[in-house]
Amino acid sequence: MEVGEPVEDGLFTSAGLIGGECAACRQRHFPRADTCPWCGTPDVSEVTLSTEGRLWAWTAVNTPPPGYEGAVPYGFGVVELDHDNLQVVTRLVEADPSALQAGTALRFTVVPLDGETTTWAYGPS
Amino acid sequence: MTGVEIAGIGIHAFGRHGDKTQTDMGVTAVRDALRDAGIDGRSFQAAFCGTAYGGVASGHRVLGALGLTGGPIVDVEAGCASGAAALSLAADAIRAGQYDTVLVFGVEKMPKGVIRSSFFAPWQEKAGLTPAPAYFALRAQRLMADSMVTKQHLADVVVKNRANGVHNPDAMFRASVTAPEVLASRVVCEPLHLWMLCSPNEGAAAVVLRASDAGVQVRAAVLRSHLPGYVLNEGTPMCGLMGAAPESPSTMAARAAYEQAALGPDDLNVVECQDTDAARELLAYEELLLCQPGDCVKLLESGDTKLGGCLPVNPSGGLLSKGEPLGASALGQVVELTHQLRGQCGARQVDGPLVALAHTIGRGANASAIILSR
Repeated sequence: MEVGEPVEDGLFTSAGLIGGECAACRQRHFPRADTCPWCGTPDVSEVTLSTEGRLWAWTAVNTPPPGYEGAVPYGFGVVELDHDNLQVVTRLVEADPSALQAGTALRFTVVPLDGETTTWAYGPS
Repeated sequence: MTGVEIAGIGIHAFGRHGDKTQTDMGVTAVRDALRDAGIDGRSFQAAFCGTAYGGVASGHRVLGALGLTGGPIVDVEAGCASGAAALSLAADAIRAGQYDTVLVFGVEKMPKGVIRSSFFAPWQEKAGLTPAPAYFALRAQRLMADSMVTKQHLADVVVKNRANGVHNPDAMFRASVTAPEVLASRVVCEPLHLWMLCSPNEGAAAVVLRASDAGVQVRAAVLRSHLPGYVLNEGTPMCGLMGAAPESPSTMAARAAYEQAALGPDDLNVVECQDTDAARELLAYEELLLCQPGDCVKLLESGDTKLGGCLPVNPSGGLLSKGEPLGASALGQVVELTHQLRGQCGARQVDGPLVALAHTIGRGANASAIILSR
């Protein structure tokens, strides 16, 4: 487990991403919101999202975007969480796009951003 | 219903202009548009100014510098569609009989490099989840998978648009390029190379609208904003529903504009579309219903969208040649298409166009479709 404070409270724990599930439409979302982004119902309960995903889209970021002080290059993409019926935008552990393939099984992990902060990524399962 | 005429147009070249302020550029564009419309002084009843990064009272600063304040001035922000949103408000107000003549303009002076947006939460920036080119790259990769687009096709879009930009004195890049050169430029975010991305830059454009059935007509000016569900929509959500395929904001805007103008994509003679990156233009072919879903490559390869083809797209050179000053870019398209409909474009003139479409899509998500005719 990486040491350090999560980049923001309420996004993830070592057990996975913290999402929301709507009491009305039953659809899930991330990050957890008080109101369902799909149907607008303000009745959402917290759920831990699946740690198992499949790669759906990916690239690598080679230049630090504004406000980002971590290392480059880093992997960036979308994983599908079948169990949650969700596609989630995420960092990827793999920063070489040519090393990745659509549908590759990936697993949630916590990664360091700098010495004091952590964030999440999906990497080899 | 009252017709809305484009009575005057003006533009300050898009590019990098040193110490020149966005107000200076706005003054140039507005002065030219008023002169083109043949009106002097404050003979417009209202003004709408599009800008995304311009700051408080951007429009007021321009009209203040011209001594033209006194009527209502409203700044409008809708991301890349800011100028189009301003135009739609003005056109609708004229149609509703609220005003007779309205000034619409857009100004922007963008910082160099990747755009920093107040759209994102600070933690998203810290976690590296805000790089605009990476989102473009993911959309490009999905389009490549879904519509059989290759990197060569992306390069071909750049070659096409840059060839048109050679003839546009208001464009930032005026040299033609070859596909090997495009593919040799550095990779920004795979599969997108540097020359496949437009540059944020500086500029201004202005349009005078008037209640009239003469001249170049605004047949429709539609803005559609955000639609949740699809993970890669321009609202850049952190998640989407699996298999979600809601109609895109661009398609929603285009359908509404076609309906309002009582015509269809087959009636278009020239299009200016949002080529923020080369793949975005190909996606626009499908979203604007210029071709069937999945057929963007077929349309590109047909040559129809080149100058000289039956539906030239981005004869101005597009954003890939002009660069993108957000608040001004949509009105830059309207200026280009008005010149095209008037037959004033010289070497980049489309042959006798009667109907034209301008399209923008960007952060929000905000998408616009403007149909002009003569």
